[in-house]
Amino acid sequence: MLHIKNLEATIDKKHILKGLNLSIKPGEVHAIMGPNGSGKSTLANVLSGKTGYETKGQIQYNGESLNDLSTEERAQKGIFLAFQYPLEIPGVNTNIFLRTSLNSVLKAKGEKELDTLTFLKLIKEKAAELGIDEKFLSRQLNVGFSGGEKKKNEILQMKLLQPKLSILDETDSGLDIDALRIVADGVNSYKNTENAFLIITHYQRLLDYIKPDYVHVLSNGKIVKTGSADLGMQLEKTGYKNLI
Amino acid sequence: MKTEDLKNTKEYKYGFTTEVENIRSPKGLNEDTIKFISNIKKEPKWMLEWRLKAFNRLKVLKEPDWQKPKYPKINYQDLYYYSAPKSASNKPKSLEEIDPKILETYKKLGIPLNEQKRLNGIAVDAVFDSVSVATTFKDELTKKGIIFCSISEAIQKHPELVKKYLGSVIPLSDHYFATLNSAVFTDGSFVYIPPNTKCPMELSTYFRINASETGQFERTLIIADKGSYVSYLEGCTAPMRDENQLHAANVELVALDDAEIKYSTVQNWYPGDEKGVGGIYNFVTKRGACRGKNSKISWTQVETGSAITWKYPSCILQGDNSVGEFYSIAITNNFQKADTGTKMIHLGKNTKSRIISKGISAGNADNMYRGLVDINKKALNSRNYTQCDSLLMGNKCGAHTIPYIKNNNATSTIEHEATTTKINEDQLYYCNQRGLDQEEAVSLIVNGFCKEVLQQLPMEFAVEAQKLVAISLEGSVG
Repeated sequence: MLHIKNLEATIDKKHILKGLNLSIKPGEVHAIMGPNGSGKSTLANVLSGKTGYETKGQIQYNGESLNDLSTEERAQKGIFLAFQYPLEIPGVNTNIFLRTSLNSVLKAKGEKELDTLTFLKLIKEKAAELGIDEKFLSRQLNVGFSGGEKKKNEILQMKLLQPKLSILDETDSGLDIDALRIVADGVNSYKNTENAFLIITHYQRLLDYIKPDYVHVLSNGKIVKTGSADLGMQLEKTGYKNLI
Repeated sequence: MKTEDLKNTKEYKYGFTTEVENIRSPKGLNEDTIKFISNIKKEPKWMLEWRLKAFNRLKVLKEPDWQKPKYPKINYQDLYYYSAPKSASNKPKSLEEIDPKILETYKKLGIPLNEQKRLNGIAVDAVFDSVSVATTFKDELTKKGIIFCSISEAIQKHPELVKKYLGSVIPLSDHYFATLNSAVFTDGSFVYIPPNTKCPMELSTYFRINASETGQFERTLIIADKGSYVSYLEGCTAPMRDENQLHAANVELVALDDAEIKYSTVQNWYPGDEKGVGGIYNFVTKRGACRGKNSKISWTQVETGSAITWKYPSCILQGDNSVGEFYSIAITNNFQKADTGTKMIHLGKNTKSRIISKGISAGNADNMYRGLVDINKKALNSRNYTQCDSLLMGNKCGAHTIPYIKNNNATSTIEHEATTTKINEDQLYYCNQRGLDQEEAVSLIVNGFCKEVLQQLPMEFAVEAQKLVAISLEGSVG
């Protein structure tokens, strides 16, 4: 599904990714761990097509080069990024945002856009699955949401848009145990043989709930070690020091 | 019909010109021009005298120059003050008599004058250059005693009302442009709602500038008698031209005891091209008097067009417990400039005013909120709440807020809040990541920013206004 070859990224003259290689197949869950400043969030940003980065190297996604695609084109093709800090958009009703988003994706796929009623029915179902209160959907997007609510909203959007590749950028940070479990359940319930996950995290904690197939250690812009789920647990005990 | 569609209609889709034969006054501002206007409109003598009085006053007035947007000196002698399609010189009595080209123009603008098409049950007065060409739903309104007609018709048929109220809110000698309007105004709408009557439909006027080298001097007068209610909306468009055209309107509203007037404007005059060439100078005086107790006047404006917008729709809160509101969205893009806001003059006791202003600047544009809240010493227990928010897009535009606040008694309260924000790249990225393209994202964010004002518009127009907001900012990001 995703093949990254020798990916380099520079922003504001800072060289952050320095030749990263990674392959992800459908149905797989990959976790990326690593110390602060190792380039984890940059990887998420570059994959989603955020502007401002100078990049070199190849990103192949379902046989197509992502290099020249805009952020929205990537999103429409099924790349989803759950933000570390979801943005607040004052005055914009959460429902309206979600519907606009879903319809943009459906339209790009050449599928029929949903009318308001069909959408509301769908979103109510999805929200109920995540234990999200309906009232929350008529509030302004992320405005005044708690950290946990914002992250749950990200997972709700993921389940709504049904992406092929979901990138979770430190979705576990700032979550209490209950919220963490809801987020993890959301991911687990969406997981199937067709889609894949790239989970960026600092801690093993989230991986107790979402079992990764591979754990990669990112350091100084490169993947320095790859292992199975055990690697995460090992890191929790020993830290990154021995690997870097 | 032969209408010339200009290539650039993506930016301004109302930029076409209708080829009709015109009757024009001679060029220039002088007594003869005024007499020409009064004569062609078959006005009574008192009206001509009123106009000439204004003209004499104008001679000693100076054009104001304190505003932020500067403009090249206007040569008032080089303008036409009256231009009307020949076919409308005798006001058509029915739609069948209207020039099909003009009907077609309004159809193209999305304003059906044909009553068969009762779209949304909105009564429309259509003003084409200097004349009103049609007023719809007249019969239905007449049954309730409501008068909705062109001001020219009102001068002839309802002189007692016109004499009593014309110039009673904006006096003859008010200021340069208002006085100019009083001297040379050509047409506009007149509304009278009788006591204890709720107007059963939205009333609206659609202003269209078509002829070149012509100023449009519209005059609108709305009177809501005791215990009545009316909601009125005006829309405006003009062809694309390289020259700047002057639109200097006067709008007067009078609300008597317990009456309410809701006045909404969607102003989309031609804004000029990307380089700032051409566009309308929209120098307008709008003022409402809450003359009776418990009366209310609410102004809502969505200003997206014009090269320069310069106006302060105001409320004079004379009656005790009267309420004035001003909700505004002013969008300036490219080289557009706006200096707009409101004046709330509190005279009566327990008067309340509320100001919500949203200014959006993009490109090289400059957007100014200027407002006055003046609470008289006798206006005890009065309140004002003002909120001015500015949104900037890009690095070359400007936003300014100048509130003038005067409170002359100790029992009144004034609150003022202001924010300036830049459209946030991260918000755009977030929207893009959810599949929205740049323009959808901008439209969503900006409409969110304007929400409190948009929701004040009558339902039928809110959707239209939302689209207009998005179109006005197309291509301004990224």
